[in-house]
Amino acid sequence: MSEVRAEMVANVWKVVAAEGDTVADGDTLVILESMKMEIPVLAESPGRVTRLAVAEGDVVQEGDLIAVID
Amino acid sequence: MLESVLVANRGEIARRVIATARKLGVRSVAVYSEADADLPFVREADEAMLIGPPPPAASYLNGAAILAAARQARVQAVHPGYGFLAENASFAASVIDAGLLWVGPAPDVITQMGDKINARNLMSRAGVPVSAGTTEPVGAGSAALAAADQIGYPVMIKAAAGGGGIGMTVARNADELQAGIDTARSRAERFFGSADILLERFVTCARHVEVQILGLADGTVLTLGERDCSVQRRHQKVAEETPSPGVGPELRASMLAAAARAGEAVGYQGAGTVEFLVDVAAGGFVFLEMNTRLQVEHPVTELVTGIDLVEQQFRIAVGDDVSFAPESVIPAGHALELRVYAEDSRRFLPSPGTISEWSPPAGPGVRLDAGYAAGNTVTPFYDPLLAKLCVHGADRGQALERARAAVGSFGIAGLRTNLAFHADLLESPEFTSGDYDTSLVSRLRP
Repeated sequence: MSEVRAEMVANVWKVVAAEGDTVADGDTLVILESMKMEIPVLAESPGRVTRLAVAEGDVVQEGDLIAVID
Repeated sequence: MLESVLVANRGEIARRVIATARKLGVRSVAVYSEADADLPFVREADEAMLIGPPPPAASYLNGAAILAAARQARVQAVHPGYGFLAENASFAASVIDAGLLWVGPAPDVITQMGDKINARNLMSRAGVPVSAGTTEPVGAGSAALAAADQIGYPVMIKAAAGGGGIGMTVARNADELQAGIDTARSRAERFFGSADILLERFVTCARHVEVQILGLADGTVLTLGERDCSVQRRHQKVAEETPSPGVGPELRASMLAAAARAGEAVGYQGAGTVEFLVDVAAGGFVFLEMNTRLQVEHPVTELVTGIDLVEQQFRIAVGDDVSFAPESVIPAGHALELRVYAEDSRRFLPSPGTISEWSPPAGPGVRLDAGYAAGNTVTPFYDPLLAKLCVHGADRGQALERARAAVGSFGIAGLRTNLAFHADLLESPEFTSGDYDTSLVSRLRP
């Protein structure tokens, strides 16, 4: 199981993956936006998205959980 | 002279405009979002008015709220700074319709230059060199492929309504073009409200050199030298200098003449910038775009000329003469600007946070245009620019030396900054030699 966390304070611009999706290493899960920059959050291992902890429009803090991949 | 001005911006540029207003005895009014209530520009203005919540669309891009503030504060003029509404022709028009002075060129000039395809075509007709490229918007599919074949790869894909390096992609072949166009169209739609894109011949080894212009009431367009902006990450500038170490007297003369022609072709009034790409291998230059506002990196021009560009903007806005004799301007020495961003110095990822320590550098030739102070919070809502660290020296060597000392003594804690990148830049043989191009940063941070 791997947990994907936010690297910085950001707004959640787009949620690309959905719970239950099968993803490959490097697939985009969510796109964050901070300081006028889009920052894609990628899956760091292949697996199934068992949890998506954010929704579009949310504000995440550094270290907040974004997704769980099993 | 102007009596009063509302500054429709935030951070360092709002503070910069307010400083000149204060110097000239012009009443200044700041507008701010809920996120910026504690910033220096709010405190330093004669009056400050809250215009909305943090998201730009609700505050600094909210033209109706800004106009309402201008009416309430009974100001004579609106200065837009750069970014936000500075190149929004309909906002400029609504300011004028409200009976106020717009500190910038006429709305139709903003419109003409804001459409990058139209700007290219117009410049080409005015005898300003442009690169091979499309003369009308490119759709998806086979039309784009045909256009790219005609231009020749590599091509640059750009948003027609764009700017600031956002949404630009290089395509080296047909596959990359296909993918790049889809991305560029969706970004263009999102950021600029129009999916129109254009293709341009991509110059592989280029310097980005721009010319400062000042359009006067009588139609004359003055030039105030060039700025080299080739140090870029993600097509956005990180450091600038003047004069450009890559431009000799002959090239300079023809670029300044072309910039004046560009300004005259559109009847330009006020401060503007004509951006060019210099082809390092072939030696020529082509028009890139015209920025119809004060440029972020204007301080380097001010340092070598001794001219306050914001003061000239105020004077031109009320129909006064500029404060200097045009023929007497002889740029002296060398100036550098380093953009200090709230981002990590290796991958350049944003790093919002609260500033726990802020110890600015001092010393001969050092100028700091900062938007923040100790205790301020840098939020994720706006761009990551914290401050512009500028230095002036008798020559490039002295400017570099002063820049190294200033970077070394600038203490910022509480968030990550790119100061360590600037320290590396100032030591890198490629930058110090002066012989660099727009790919420099990708070589320093592979």
